[in-house]
Amino acid sequence: MTLTAILAQQLVNGLVLGSFYALVALGYTMVFGVVKLLNFAHGDLYMVGAFGGFLALSLVSGFAGVGWLGVALAILLSMIAVGFLGVVIERIAYAPMLKAPRLSILITALAVSLVLQNGVLTLSNGQVMAFSSKLGFAGIDVFGLFINYKQIALAGTAAVLMLGLEFFISRTQYGRAMRAVSVDKDMSELMGIDVNRVIALTFFIGSALAAAAGTMAGAYYGSIWYFMGFLIGLKAFTAAVIGGIGSIPGAMLGGLTLGLLESFGTQIPGIGSEWKDVFSFSVLILVLVLKPTGLLGKSEQERM
Amino acid sequence: MAELEPRPSAWGGLNRFLDTPAKRGLALAAIVVVMAVAPMLFGPYATVILTNALLYTILALGLNIVVGYAGLLDLGYAAFFAVGAYTVGILTTTFGWNFWATLPIAVLAAMLAGVIIGGPTLRLRSDYLAIVTLGFGEIVRIAARNLKITGAASGISGIEQPWLFGWHIATPTDFYYVFLVLAIIGILVSVRLANSRLGRAWLYVRHDEDAAEAMGIDRVRVKLAAYVIGAIYGSIGGAFFAVNLGAISPESFSFKQSTLFLMAVILGGMGKIPGVILGAFVVVLAPEILRDFGSFRYLIFAVGLLLIMLYRPSGIWPVGSKR
Repeated sequence: MTLTAILAQQLVNGLVLGSFYALVALGYTMVFGVVKLLNFAHGDLYMVGAFGGFLALSLVSGFAGVGWLGVALAILLSMIAVGFLGVVIERIAYAPMLKAPRLSILITALAVSLVLQNGVLTLSNGQVMAFSSKLGFAGIDVFGLFINYKQIALAGTAAVLMLGLEFFISRTQYGRAMRAVSVDKDMSELMGIDVNRVIALTFFIGSALAAAAGTMAGAYYGSIWYFMGFLIGLKAFTAAVIGGIGSIPGAMLGGLTLGLLESFGTQIPGIGSEWKDVFSFSVLILVLVLKPTGLLGKSEQERM
Repeated sequence: MAELEPRPSAWGGLNRFLDTPAKRGLALAAIVVVMAVAPMLFGPYATVILTNALLYTILALGLNIVVGYAGLLDLGYAAFFAVGAYTVGILTTTFGWNFWATLPIAVLAAMLAGVIIGGPTLRLRSDYLAIVTLGFGEIVRIAARNLKITGAASGISGIEQPWLFGWHIATPTDFYYVFLVLAIIGILVSVRLANSRLGRAWLYVRHDEDAAEAMGIDRVRVKLAAYVIGAIYGSIGGAFFAVNLGAISPESFSFKQSTLFLMAVILGGMGKIPGVILGAFVVVLAPEILRDFGSFRYLIFAVGLLLIMLYRPSGIWPVGSKR
């Protein structure tokens, strides 16, 4: 392959990877924006989403098959189920902790993450499960560059979800309420906003997006297991920080940036694929040290 | 801010029952005697398990300084444990150093790692520190798995057991006593630290960072001190872990390991030394008792951690009387 072909291929890979990161990063950033909580369990919601999609696919396969329609239905069902799971988690675990010291709430979030991980570990016996779908390997040829239909559908779905979210946040009444709560929770309450409802909605949307990413990852890579959320949780957080945590366009931008950085970074001599994760964590640490507000984040005085 | 909790006492809430120095001395003597004769009492298998519990005690005490004293969440503590173990492993096997000569190098390496990671990130929000430590833990594990000098995925084997003044520390019982002594030193240092000037500064920073800073406490330096002291505990634990097992591999230093250390600190009661020791013993002994539950036991642990955080954030150990 010529250099241009390799670079073009990496561009496609980076964008696909980046859309996963962006979808998961959105949930991180939304929850952080509204309740100032780093939801460690977010990566695990992605994992639960993948398993939810797996179950949903086996449910609908009878009448919808395991092709495009079946996978689309599975994504939808998984989004709804995991969305509610996110709301339940918020009610049970996070709501009582919102006034507690930050350390306690961080540990609680970690505990939730471990419960989800080990819950699925117990249910799945720790096995890597085959996520069998029939999406085929067909694709199109663009100037000698082969792009799989799966990749197009995946990036397209991610783009639609992100645009939908952007529309929801900027144009609808609930979106405005969400922005208001993220600026000042107490004042929003005084203005008649049902803050609890907004928080629940935030968790629902964030978790549903993670579930969509999880199910798509299952269909795309063909296998799922209980630990798959750990790394992507870290990566998505990195993406959210790169874009500026709390900023929704930032999460999208950060996700795509990280995806591209990773796929091009692994092409640099000396950074093979086994060093890919070290590369992204180093990016995270560098961004935190040099520009903690990220690309699009607002500067913030608060600390602790 | 909520009312200040009492400064960590060596006895925590048990001060209510052990209210005179004589009673406390008696209780302490009883514990020391039981621990000293434990290998003869419980047999070889239990000795190995108890040695592991003592190792966890040392590591949990170190992590407690970061989490319990300074109030920082470290999710990559296994990294320091790994730095200690690998420094000893590499220097004793590849370079043929004496174990005791490698020990200070291991400690220095961990301190250096602590400064490199903590220095820049401790200025940021504490949530960021949690994530950065998580990333750091993974970086260390991945590096250990891919570097030639660390033996890649198979790790390092054939680490020799050390000699101490003509005593070859070789049998499980020998190592039990080594870890017992280390744990006792760790406890004493922790107690002294809690009641030192630095300990008071940690308490202050943990409760109100801004007020502490206004009182002239350099919060970054104080936090960094906690982080680096935690790293020292971790590296010493790792160094002796390496010579005890004789072989180390990257998977001994995974994220799961870090969460187990953290569970030890939180389950028993963070900030309280006896609570932390209890937590370490629970984390090591519970899997032995719950053996029949298989992988289910980690779920039990995770649910236990969640319940502790929701209903009893002070941990299992009794809370001291409120002042």
